[in-house]
Amino acid sequence: MKTKNFYILALFATLLLAGGVSYYASSSPDGLEKVAEDIGFIEQAKPNTNSEGFLADYGVKGLKNERLSVGAAGIMGVAATGAVSWGLFLLLRRKDAK
Amino acid sequence: MHIPDGFIDIPTSTAVAALAGAGVALSLKGARKTLDDKTAPLAGLTATFIFAVQMLNFPVAAGTSGHLLGGALAAVLVGPFTATLALTVVLLMQALLFADGGLTAIGLNVFNMSIIGVWVGYGTFCLVRKLFSNKKSIIPLAASIGALLSVPAAATGFVLQYAIGGTGTFSTTAVFTAMFGTHVLIGIGEAIITGLAVGAVMASRSDLVYGFKKENIKLEIRK
Repeated sequence: MKTKNFYILALFATLLLAGGVSYYASSSPDGLEKVAEDIGFIEQAKPNTNSEGFLADYGVKGLKNERLSVGAAGIMGVAATGAVSWGLFLLLRRKDAK
Repeated sequence: MHIPDGFIDIPTSTAVAALAGAGVALSLKGARKTLDDKTAPLAGLTATFIFAVQMLNFPVAAGTSGHLLGGALAAVLVGPFTATLALTVVLLMQALLFADGGLTAIGLNVFNMSIIGVWVGYGTFCLVRKLFSNKKSIIPLAASIGALLSVPAAATGFVLQYAIGGTGTFSTTAVFTAMFGTHVLIGIGEAIITGLAVGAVMASRSDLVYGFKKENIKLEIRK
């Protein structure tokens, strides 16, 4: 597969997962949260500093439609993670001798 | 698996953060050696893909869910040092933007997922290839086995932190038993996703896969 096509396809899949499929993710507590509930130390958890933030808990603040809210938050997360990681790895890379 | 603020006391969180910071610093050094014009974009893609898939919680048992951690996946695709950095970027984004994982717990989370998860996953991957088969076709399976073990290993990292500085008063053995059992189940999901993702990249662009081309690089150096 051509490099360009590989990246286009992979990024498309990534956006589809974060922007669309994420709506169908299980909302049950994750492993650590469940263990903390069952054993009893869940009360020790303090709310996150950003718990009222614009994208807190993978939803856009103020967006009522659940599907749009989580999808938009996912796409923004993909954009932010992509920008930071791509930037970091491009900076770190060995420049090929020309 | 993302530890919130409050589970582990501040002295322990700070000490582990220092260790995690040292691990990230070493990884910055190691990643410089492996990243080039061809692999840097794959590293960015890997971090971004892991962020997306971490949103997809799957059910594992009654009332419990889990999601990909991605340590083994990233390590096989882009090498362990770059993988640590990729996972760290994901964890920072989650804590800073999405309130997922506490800010005082960021060092704990980096230590468990970006360091333990990556190295147990990668070490197992290398061991499986060494012990059983060096064939190209075994790479997705070896990555799966690494993924399977990486999740309970990362969970054990939490248990250690709980044993040292947990704010709860419950026995470490009880926490270990519950954490280990649940995360073996989550590890099965991790193994499936990792096997499929590594398989897809091997099928389309095996030349980009660090865990596959590593030997080829060594051969080139020798001649």
